Amino acid sequence: MSQTSAEPIRLPIRKDTDLTAVRQHVRALAQRVGFGLVQQTKLVTAASELARNTLLHGGGGMAQISLVHGERGQGLSVSFVDSGPGIPDVGLALSDGYSTAGGLGMGLSGSRRLVHDFDLKSDPEGGTEVTITCWNDSLRRGFR
Amino acid sequence: MPGASSIPVLDFGGLLLVSIQGELPDDAAVSLQEDITDAVVRTGSRGVIIDISSLDMVDSFLARVLAEIAASSRLLAARTVLVGMRPAVAITLVELGLSLPGMDTARTITDAAADFGVTIADTVQEERNTT
Ligand SMILES: Nc1ncnc2c1ncn2[C@@H]1O[C@H](COP(=O)(O)OP(=O)(O)OP(=O)(O)O)[C@@H](O)[C@H]1O
Ligand SMILES: [Mg+2]
Repeated sequence: MSQTSAEPIRLPIRKDTDLTAVRQHVRALAQRVGFGLVQQTKLVTAASELARNTLLHGGGGMAQISLVHGERGQGLSVSFVDSGPGIPDVGLALSDGYSTAGGLGMGLSGSRRLVHDFDLKSDPEGGTEVTITCWNDSLRRGFR
Repeated sequence: MPGASSIPVLDFGGLLLVSIQGELPDDAAVSLQEDITDAVVRTGSRGVIIDISSLDMVDSFLARVLAEIAASSRLLAARTVLVGMRPAVAITLVELGLSLPGMDTARTITDAAADFGVTIADTVQEERNTT
């Protein structure tokens, strides 16, 4: 299990300029944790996809960015929470190319491939929460 | 001249050059498509070079905007070439499942311009080679 360290950063997702703020904060923290350039880019891109889903499909919500410690060392977690309509069939939503909004349908399935841990909880009654985590594997291998 | 997107679309005599700088908000990305298609028609350009070397991430939204710019320009008889994608962005896009099929790419603006038969004398490069 992972444990949170330091104060998480909470950001609103209400309009499309909020997506910029989410990307910038995730990038800055990923650099601080010491992620390599490719890993930073994967996490920022996944966060951008999920933040846009929160805005477009969830009707807005918030993002929370936390530094975490676990068996895999230091990591960075980002959660996206909304109280929108929820996802009736999570398995279907997670398949490549599935979109109810005329999109490419690559956001959920693609961002799952970009991160180490991906956790999606959705209530058919309403509300969706997606949490993604990347671990700093280079630190675990002893590059200090 | 900057249009609605505030990103300049430069006309080099029948070849358009667009250099996307920094963070691109969603609405600016959408107006950029209009700015470019307007400029293609106004200038009668045959080619559009889009430099994305300053972009540190391309998500599915931006990938779709780029693909739509290329598709709409093609209908107006102009070819779009994407230049300067960062390696980390390329790796991430492929893993995301978006390999931008149908988009032409080039390593540098000079290479892309050469594709359209336009020579850009790269003086900085020449100076470097002589020292
Ligand atoms: N936060 C959310 N609340 C409700 N439904 C969601 C949420 N996130 C995703 N979905 C549902 O899952 C589907 C798939 O999402 P995904 O991000 O993969 O594709 P998309 O957003 O439709 O298109 P794009 O490729 O542009 O991201 C969406 O079309 C939507 O129906
Ligand atoms: Mg999406």
